[in-house]
Amino acid sequence: MAQEVLAALSGNIWKVSVEVGDSVEEDDEVFVVEALKMEIPVYAPCDGTISEIKVKKGDAVEEDDVLAVIE
Amino acid sequence: MGVFAVTPGTAVMWLISLTLIYLAISKKYEPLLLLPIGFGILLANLPLTGLMVPGEGLIWRFYHYGIEWEVIPPLIFLGLGALTDFGPLLSQPRLIFLGAAAQAGVYVTFFAATSFGFTLEEAATIGIIGGADGPTTIFLAAKLAPQLLGACAVAAYSYMALVPIIQPPIMRLLTTGNERRIRMKKGRKIGAREKLFFPIAATIVIILLVPASAPLIAMFMLGNLFRESKVVDRLTDAAQNSLMNIVTIFLGISVGATMNAENFLRKDVLFIFFLGLVAFIIGTATGVILAKIMNLFTSNKINPLIGGAGVSAVPMAARVVQRMGVEADKKNNLLMFAMGPNIAGVIGTVIAAGIFLTLLK
Repeated sequence: MAQEVLAALSGNIWKVSVEVGDSVEEDDEVFVVEALKMEIPVYAPCDGTISEIKVKKGDAVEEDDVLAVIE
Repeated sequence: MGVFAVTPGTAVMWLISLTLIYLAISKKYEPLLLLPIGFGILLANLPLTGLMVPGEGLIWRFYHYGIEWEVIPPLIFLGLGALTDFGPLLSQPRLIFLGAAAQAGVYVTFFAATSFGFTLEEAATIGIIGGADGPTTIFLAAKLAPQLLGACAVAAYSYMALVPIIQPPIMRLLTTGNERRIRMKKGRKIGAREKLFFPIAATIVIILLVPASAPLIAMFMLGNLFRESKVVDRLTDAAQNSLMNIVTIFLGISVGATMNAENFLRKDVLFIFFLGLVAFIIGTATGVILAKIMNLFTSNKINPLIGGAGVSAVPMAARVVQRMGVEADKKNNLLMFAMGPNIAGVIGTVIAAGIFLTLLK
């Protein structure tokens, strides 16, 4: 089952910590979002494999934007 | 020769100046302000320069036209308004109360300071330090108690820099682990139109209620209107960056230069730092406590940590909340929730200053 990784809050993508095809476990860090000069990690919502990454470093994201998909 | 006019007092001021310069450069404590303030203190305590001689001195002119004429603090507020996103506040308007609660520190300290023998004007200026808001403190001090301006400004900016050290123990003491783990429900999304109307409506309401707050509120809301109108990006950018940087230079050096030995090396000044700190601590605590009280009456729980962001140190206090939130639960991002009370805190401190001006002037 596919599950989406959502931005926890608005900001800029500071770091993409995974690549397509990586397998992740729940609570692994997949992105770091920068907001108000703070680096805030976004964690995987479930175990699985990263099937798609929709953003790159430096992109501005809004809260609840889909950042990646985990299969 | 100036060398023969050096007194022990001026030498002590040099030490204070060098300490601030050191803290600014190597500890990065509010360097944008403490660096020029530190240098201004040094200049003010070099004898026979005439820099602060009324009508003649270079820095006196900066001070007179910038601060006494109330030009610089409102210009800083223009920039702050252009930097502020009211979204987090509008999406959960009930969080405004937390920003208001934190002003309790200002008033409690006002009464405490009068009982220590300060005049009402001085006490108001000292109380306002509790908001940890530099430009508002300077604005009020210039009008009510110019002799305390330097000390109060340095106290306000120091506590702003020390937010990450002063606040967490208080917030930890007043909350349980379970409370710190509360995940808050998201508020509604705020549309562009609502954000556009807000600064206009807020200007009308606040200035009608507290006219004396107009210089700061008007400029703050104008900056915000620039930002939300989306049609004057150049002005928004100028207000946020170049203009803000320019006035910061003149603000810092002028504030520093008010701190000569005879003004600053008094017992009162220690009291000012102490009372300012008390104000700041009480402000933090009342914000947290009010959040806990509000939780008694609502099922949509508030994480009481965000009450600590009701003081107006933006965004330092909100960052502290974020850090403490993820410490309790690594997926609990409170940053944007905390920005609500934080911005309300800025407005709250300005309104508190306006009320003092109305009553005391």
